[in-house]
Amino acid sequence: MFPILSVMVALPALGAVLLWALPGGARVRVREIALAITGIELVLAVVLFLQFDTGAAGTIQFSEVYPWIPQIGTSWALGVNGIGLLMIVLSALLTPLAILAGWWEDKDPARRTHYLALILLSEAFMIGIFAARDVFLFYVLFEAMLIPLYFLIGSFGGGQRRYAAVKFLLYSLAGGLIMLVGVVALYFQGPGGEEAFLTDNLTNLPMSTTAERLIFLAFFLAFAIKAPMVPVHTWLPTVAETARPGTTALLVAVLDKIGTFGMLTLCVALFPEAAQWAAPVIIVFAVISVIYGALLAIGQKDMLRLVAFTSVSHFGIMVLGIFAFTQTSVEGAAFYMFNHGLSTGALFFVVGFLIHRYGTADVTAYGGLQRIVPVFAGTFLVIGLSALALPGLSPFVSEIMVLVGAFSVAKAAVVVSAVGVVLAALYVLLTYQKVFTGPAPEGRKPVRELTRRERVVLWPLVALMLVLGFLPGIAIDTLREPSADIVATVSTEEAGQ
Amino acid sequence: MSFTTPEIAWAPLAPVIIVLGAAAVAILLESFIRSAETRRKVQLGVSLVALIAAAGTAIAQWAALEGAGTVVLDGMLTVDRQSLAWQVLIAVFGTLGALLFAARTRAGEEAFTPLGSVAPGSTEETLARRKGFQVTEVFPLALFAVGGMMLFTSVTDLIFLFVALEVFSLPLYILVALARRRRFLSHEGALKYFLLGAFSSAILLFGAAFLYGATGSTSYAGIAAGVSSVTGVDAMILAGAVMVVVGLLFKIGAVPFHSWTPDAYQGAPTPVTAFMAAATKAAATAALLRVAYEAFYGLEWELNWLIWAVAIASMVLGTVVALVQTELKRMLAYSSVAHAGFILVAFAGFPDGALSALPFYLASYGVATLGAFAVITQVREKAEDGTVLGEATRLGQWAGLGKRSPWLAGAMALFLLSFAGIPLTAGFVGKFVAFAAAISEGGWPLVLIAVIASAAAAFFYVRLIVLMFLTDVPDGQEDAIEIDHSPLARVVVIIAVAAVLLLGIVPGPVLAAFENAGVLLLGAAG
Repeated sequence: MFPILSVMVALPALGAVLLWALPGGARVRVREIALAITGIELVLAVVLFLQFDTGAAGTIQFSEVYPWIPQIGTSWALGVNGIGLLMIVLSALLTPLAILAGWWEDKDPARRTHYLALILLSEAFMIGIFAARDVFLFYVLFEAMLIPLYFLIGSFGGGQRRYAAVKFLLYSLAGGLIMLVGVVALYFQGPGGEEAFLTDNLTNLPMSTTAERLIFLAFFLAFAIKAPMVPVHTWLPTVAETARPGTTALLVAVLDKIGTFGMLTLCVALFPEAAQWAAPVIIVFAVISVIYGALLAIGQKDMLRLVAFTSVSHFGIMVLGIFAFTQTSVEGAAFYMFNHGLSTGALFFVVGFLIHRYGTADVTAYGGLQRIVPVFAGTFLVIGLSALALPGLSPFVSEIMVLVGAFSVAKAAVVVSAVGVVLAALYVLLTYQKVFTGPAPEGRKPVRELTRRERVVLWPLVALMLVLGFLPGIAIDTLREPSADIVATVSTEEAGQ
Repeated sequence: MSFTTPEIAWAPLAPVIIVLGAAAVAILLESFIRSAETRRKVQLGVSLVALIAAAGTAIAQWAALEGAGTVVLDGMLTVDRQSLAWQVLIAVFGTLGALLFAARTRAGEEAFTPLGSVAPGSTEETLARRKGFQVTEVFPLALFAVGGMMLFTSVTDLIFLFVALEVFSLPLYILVALARRRRFLSHEGALKYFLLGAFSSAILLFGAAFLYGATGSTSYAGIAAGVSSVTGVDAMILAGAVMVVVGLLFKIGAVPFHSWTPDAYQGAPTPVTAFMAAATKAAATAALLRVAYEAFYGLEWELNWLIWAVAIASMVLGTVVALVQTELKRMLAYSSVAHAGFILVAFAGFPDGALSALPFYLASYGVATLGAFAVITQVREKAEDGTVLGEATRLGQWAGLGKRSPWLAGAMALFLLSFAGIPLTAGFVGKFVAFAAAISEGGWPLVLIAVIASAAAAFFYVRLIVLMFLTDVPDGQEDAIEIDHSPLARVVVIIAVAAVLLLGIVPGPVLAAFENAGVLLLGAAG
């Protein structure tokens, strides 16, 4: 069988090497080359989606297993179920858009090459992580990914970027290394041998309760930092306000999903008993994230920080859905991971375009833009509304699924989280009001309407949210079975007690 | 009185004999070749040939070894796969070290003083420099050190342990003192290293005396038997064991026996620092493994607290103090102290896994260390009139190195990431196997501390990366740094980069080899 997943990992990685190896003269075309590579990657992702057997979405498809370091039991094992599939599609979709969105960011071809190569490298790692079926491989990619990201944040962006890059790195590294202890400990719980780290060989392990809980916590902490949950979220706003909007879009829309993805596919699937044990506390933290993120978002003047805090709030909803362990809530959370990628990605891009025009992210510097650039205003409004989960757009479907699904098990949590949804209306509409309505600030420069390139970036995302808003079945069909499996693991554990 | 000639099986000692023999020949060459230039070339050639031949012989013996190994000299030495693995490692470090020893700047300047016996700043020194004197005896000295270290890894008797220790330590004391620039620092480092080294040797010897008194034997096998059978002298046995272990911990550079490292690392000529950091740690770890597993295995429970305490202290102190260093070589010295802690983590509970994990850990640490110091030799200060001075080792001077020389800075970044244990580098696999060994014997709390220390340690490694890549060259400093292009040093950097990547991405064959070497002939373990 054609090893499509390995190719999807290798292609952007080789592309990055190619960009770095390009001679100076060829670097004028570097954006086109990068766009072409990510374009091919997107085509491959679409092929992957079409070839995927939705009827068996719960089983691992496109599976490849090659021995890698048999001495310590790790394999190069890739494969996707419905959840991984959607995340890979999301990564492949957003990367070319991020490249397009940042088309004019760099004047210097050497810097541009460097930036694009790092973006490609990140894409390779993202796809590898979402496809990894080996805990060690997952961990290696999870940690190695920090290096391109670190340079993306630290080399390109605003004033405080070095501080932001180091803060990001240390947070992630601390989480990652504690996860390493969990990974090693898991090895000694498992069967050992040359394929000791295959996820399949690590499910349903007989473990002592204490060991299971400790290993669960080691994994969970790393994922909670990645999908920023209060109180380990503070790196995100710092990074968001300093890094380039394109970088941040990828970071929040795709990379942070590794956190929730890991919770779903590793934490809950490998340690169902511990997951249940910890669920009440995690749900409390999730609800705190929802409310706290939303409240802080309202208070922000910097639009990038604002979007970052809205994401903290949204990640809270996803975590709530995962740890409520009902079919609808888990399905909704998985679907929300995809939708949030579309919505937040678009939001960061559109704010980036605004900043590109005005040179500031400070919301008070804006005003009255709606009359001058109506298309821009309209697009901004739709994307903003998707963040507050307006019916008709796909985030609404997933958010309602999480809340309805979780209601039967955690009524109080859902009621409080619903307040977060109301707060979302506040921060989105207030921002729109300040930027696009009211009097214009004095001495304003002329502002350009949404350009064709910017429309190419934003409108597909909006269209996709509309389509999935009305026909969510396309995506949910691939999520139903994997979610059912996850819920089943947890509930058999419950029944067995 | 009749004298019976001892029967010595010379063949199993071939690698050591090659190196020590070459060292003796090289000393003779010193007297017979008059031209400094020719001498340097011949000495480098002899060293390289001897070291590569030694490594080759060791590998051949390893492949040909039937059964677990051979006992030589009536149990004084043991040649088994474990010792051969370490010998290969040390010979490789020696080879890379010899290349660095011979490296010269573009202006033709060596790392060593032209004449070690004259006072710094004296007229004689200036004269020696003008006459083009060279201390080519550094090559035989390094060979003696390598030979001693190789012996050190196969010793199974406390007397011989002491002899081998001195054989490799004495040349190192001299080498540390031979820096060309900042000679006072070099002398200070050497003196501290010598005094503390002598002190630690004395402690080791004292411990050996205790053990002999308690068990009536100096051989590891005899001590192991004594530990389990002799009663009533537990305190004496324990005191002896602790003292022997402490003597070795000095050489590994673990807290609180680390105080010589920053000064010796900083003062020594950088090639010597590179060689010493990589090879001494490996040799001392090998000896500690052997003495712990062959002689003190029965004391595992009693010695464990010592290992834990020293490991935690080394990791914490090494990391915290490295955070505030502003001098590059001192920072790497404290980082080596932290690594000594990580090495000791693998000893927690004396797991069998340590026998194959530690050679890998030291291999990954050693190549990255040699590479990092090789990079340091290439970054030089420049005076205002354009003459190139010594190495630029203040951290601030490395600002913007990524713009001056992207490949060199990239290589340094790779070594630092390997020290930090980032996946896809050798350091990660090394940490992984070491921690796995510790966890297999229930050492997970220690591993947890180790990973937290690693995260903190990453901060100062990353700080240097930030300086090199994310900081601009300070204004007015554009011409203050010169990037040297010594071919020999570049070769070392390239080999180290390749090794770090290979050991990080496809460690399988090397891991398998060390797994094969994870057996002790006389081991009470496994």
